[in-house]
Amino acid sequence: MQRSSSKFIRQAAAKPWLKKLSIVASAAAITLSASMVQAADTIKVGVLHSLSGTMAISETTLKDTVLMLIEDQNKKGGLLGKQLEAVVVDPASNWPLFAEKTKELLGKEKVDVIFGCWTSVSRKSALPVLEEMNGLLFYPVQYEGEESSKNVFYTGAAPNQQAIPAVDYLMDDVGVKRWVLAGTDYVYPRTTNKILESYLKSKGVASEDIMISYTPFGHSDWQTIVSDVKKFGSAGKKTAVVSTINGDANVPFYKELGNQGVSAEDIPVVAFSVGEEELSGFDTKPLIGHLAAWNYFMSADADANADFIKKWHAYIKDEKRVTNDPMEATYIGFNMWAKAVEKAGSTDVDKVRPAMYGMTVPNLTGGTAKMLPNHHLTKPVLIGEIQEDGQFETVWQTEGEVPGDAWTDFLPESAKLISDWQDAKIMCGNYNTETKTCSGQNY
Amino acid sequence: MTSSLRTLIAPLLSFFILSCAFPATVFAQDAPFDDLAGKLTTRSFSEKARLIDSLAATKDARTLGLFQSLLAGQLYYIKETGAIVAVDKTDDQFLATDILSAEMMGAVAKRSVKKIGVNNKLRKQLRSLIASYSLSNPDVDIRLEAAKALVKNPQKDFLPVLEAALVKETDKGVRTAMVIARSAILLGSEDAEQRLTAVEGLREANDKQVMTLLEQLVLENEDGSVGEPDERVRLAAQEVLAKLHTSARFYKVAEDLFFGISLGSVLLLAAIGLAITFGVMGVINMAHGEMIMLGAYTTYVVQLMMPNHIGMSLVVAVPAAFLVSGLFGVIIERSVIRFLYGRPLETLLATFGISLILQQLVRSVFSPLNRPVITPEWMSGSWEINGMLSLTYNRLYIIFFALAVLFVLIQLLKRTFFGLQMRAVTQNRAMASSMGIRTGWVDAMTFGLGSGVAGIAGVALSQLTNVGPNLGQAYIIDSFMVVVFGGVGNLLGTLVGAMSLGIVNKFAEPMLGAVLAKILILVFVILFIQRRPRGLFALKGRFVED
Repeated sequence: MQRSSSKFIRQAAAKPWLKKLSIVASAAAITLSASMVQAADTIKVGVLHSLSGTMAISETTLKDTVLMLIEDQNKKGGLLGKQLEAVVVDPASNWPLFAEKTKELLGKEKVDVIFGCWTSVSRKSALPVLEEMNGLLFYPVQYEGEESSKNVFYTGAAPNQQAIPAVDYLMDDVGVKRWVLAGTDYVYPRTTNKILESYLKSKGVASEDIMISYTPFGHSDWQTIVSDVKKFGSAGKKTAVVSTINGDANVPFYKELGNQGVSAEDIPVVAFSVGEEELSGFDTKPLIGHLAAWNYFMSADADANADFIKKWHAYIKDEKRVTNDPMEATYIGFNMWAKAVEKAGSTDVDKVRPAMYGMTVPNLTGGTAKMLPNHHLTKPVLIGEIQEDGQFETVWQTEGEVPGDAWTDFLPESAKLISDWQDAKIMCGNYNTETKTCSGQNY
Repeated sequence: MTSSLRTLIAPLLSFFILSCAFPATVFAQDAPFDDLAGKLTTRSFSEKARLIDSLAATKDARTLGLFQSLLAGQLYYIKETGAIVAVDKTDDQFLATDILSAEMMGAVAKRSVKKIGVNNKLRKQLRSLIASYSLSNPDVDIRLEAAKALVKNPQKDFLPVLEAALVKETDKGVRTAMVIARSAILLGSEDAEQRLTAVEGLREANDKQVMTLLEQLVLENEDGSVGEPDERVRLAAQEVLAKLHTSARFYKVAEDLFFGISLGSVLLLAAIGLAITFGVMGVINMAHGEMIMLGAYTTYVVQLMMPNHIGMSLVVAVPAAFLVSGLFGVIIERSVIRFLYGRPLETLLATFGISLILQQLVRSVFSPLNRPVITPEWMSGSWEINGMLSLTYNRLYIIFFALAVLFVLIQLLKRTFFGLQMRAVTQNRAMASSMGIRTGWVDAMTFGLGSGVAGIAGVALSQLTNVGPNLGQAYIIDSFMVVVFGGVGNLLGTLVGAMSLGIVNKFAEPMLGAVLAKILILVFVILFIQRRPRGLFALKGRFVED
């Protein structure tokens, strides 16, 4: 061994280019072995949530949730006999940075899985990198659907698991006949409202009974819109507002509703982006009775939920912090991934992915979440009314879990698309059932 | 707000007095009431609705107290025994009172009791039932509220109580409200003549709720039938509706004007500090928004320090915010900006950097989450002029507050020695300096004043919007727009600029939508600046040319 290597060096000395090559080779060998040692020690989990900028308000909590779950898993002995190691990066609410940070996580840090993103635009920014480098992302937020990538598992609600059931509840149980669709001006509200408008019309609601209004991000002067809603609501038919107004802007919106005396008994507002976390920012007295549709409420009466809340309070060291739906989605996603890794006996993406399909883990509302071949979950849909303490009281919920639908049935161009990553005959995220082909574009 | 508290307490008290004074009568009716109340533990809301109606029919003296606790979300049951209790939540304790025997049970464990939930339908039902009990309440405000609540949910069952109360009623305002409520109930009468009189009775009612009821009469159902079968009643309803629509249009204009002035006052508050730092001193201060943010956070901290005097907290917060933001302003001026006078591009970049640093500072100190700033009671709700027009209190106060701040600032600049020095330094620095004015000190104080005023704006804005690290960003563009449009260096220009932009925006918004209205305003300001680069009120004089 010794001799042959010295002989090699001697030879190399004779030929300068060979010497150079050997240095490069040995350097490569060193780095390779170093990274192998590291890989043997821990399983790396990437956390891609904004810790600064506009979205920090929502995403910081999810980063803490992932860290808590990792700590918990490590206490149980980790996975495959290895400890988990979190790699936290900050994409700073800057959409192109999500792509760069994803590249960093997959290329430099070599993480085995990523938990992250909140807005759809950030997910769409990270997506090409994920697909190119064959990464794995768990996306924990309700979104507009119309996407199914091989490299993303969507653990939040698709429109048929949040928006459609909420509208059904208002129509059938509350008797709403006139609709205001209010949203922030970006992709999620626009797509959701397009789906809802076409759904409402299919249910026989006339165009003049639908009012659509969009506002800029962070809109704070709601006087005119609230007054318009009041006017729209005094036409003799029961009226409701379906709100896809984004996080922050809700506080001044609800304040204005309260001040102008619009109570939930007259014109209820059902929101898809207002959860316990958003409500913890203000005085909820004027909001009692307004609604939200989610797949989880902190008030859910289940043992798993009580445990989760206890753990969360212990981890964050603050008894007043609340839990919310995207946290539950993170919880389900993490547990499912951990179980799939155990089942596959490896963290390799191509082995974990097939192990995910049909995987079930308990959710926090007392039911079970199952991963479908279209990368969406089965989820119960809960409608809750806001209470004085900022919590929700469930007033309606679906019987059992609703399977998530990647492509909505209420837009003609999407109705014919399905997604199936398990069936060998389909194997794509956008299979056209009419032409029997995949369009090739996964998102 | 106080009156609604009274609505709760007064009848509760009378209920306790009654149940103590007449134990025998309560005892006699025990069985059906107790049975029905015990069944409220059901999860089905429709079942609860039936139970509430039956409970109301028992005419038991305890019904009112039960309904009020239920509406207030204070009604629980003990999981083990199923006993119905009213729970009074204090800081860490649940104090239970047995609702049937009115017996105090002391503190109970949180997890041993379960809340009896209500939904919107039940709340509406409870509210009108409670209203029917409150029609003969000695308090005028409660009677008025009760009459208004009946208009929202007009049911025939309430007619006898209402008629009885109407006979005894002496207050004119309450009488009018009760007559409207009676007409509203009679709209659902079987007799067409009665319905016709009812429609006529609503002619003078300027109320959106009444409009809803009348619209229901003329509305065509899905099966082609009309809400009101009788032709005469329908025509009368249409006529009254047309009249109400005319007055609604009139009030809509008044309302839009109020909204515009209100938006204008917010713009004015946000821009007024900038009118000093940018307008008077010429510093392109991108950190202006963060000065507003610091003021808002100061309000939050002040409220944390005086949790029992929320009503007073804003009064304390105004000087506190002025000092905090002003101090930051002085530090920024002394440490950064004074080296950059006369170099606008560098100032722009440096202050932009400062704004990012301040945002991240707040994120590290207070967490990136929004902080809850409580709105004092005197700022919530609205001033109801009539059923068509009501002005929200928070906006009203902010309009007056903005004008007061502007007034004080103008006086400060025009009437004080400091104001004189300030104007001297900005108009001719070299001359002022040779007259013995410490120009550096005046610069620092002026920048501090502008920042401090921005801090005061933060106190007001904390009542309208989120208090979070991004608060300032939302207002920086608007502030620059107002100052440039109004005329740099002119406080009165800032006032006119803010008000006209606010009003134009609010009149455009119903037609164009919020997004387009905002774009339109920006385009308008750009075009205007092309024509008049110095804004609405340009300063005149030799020093302007520098």
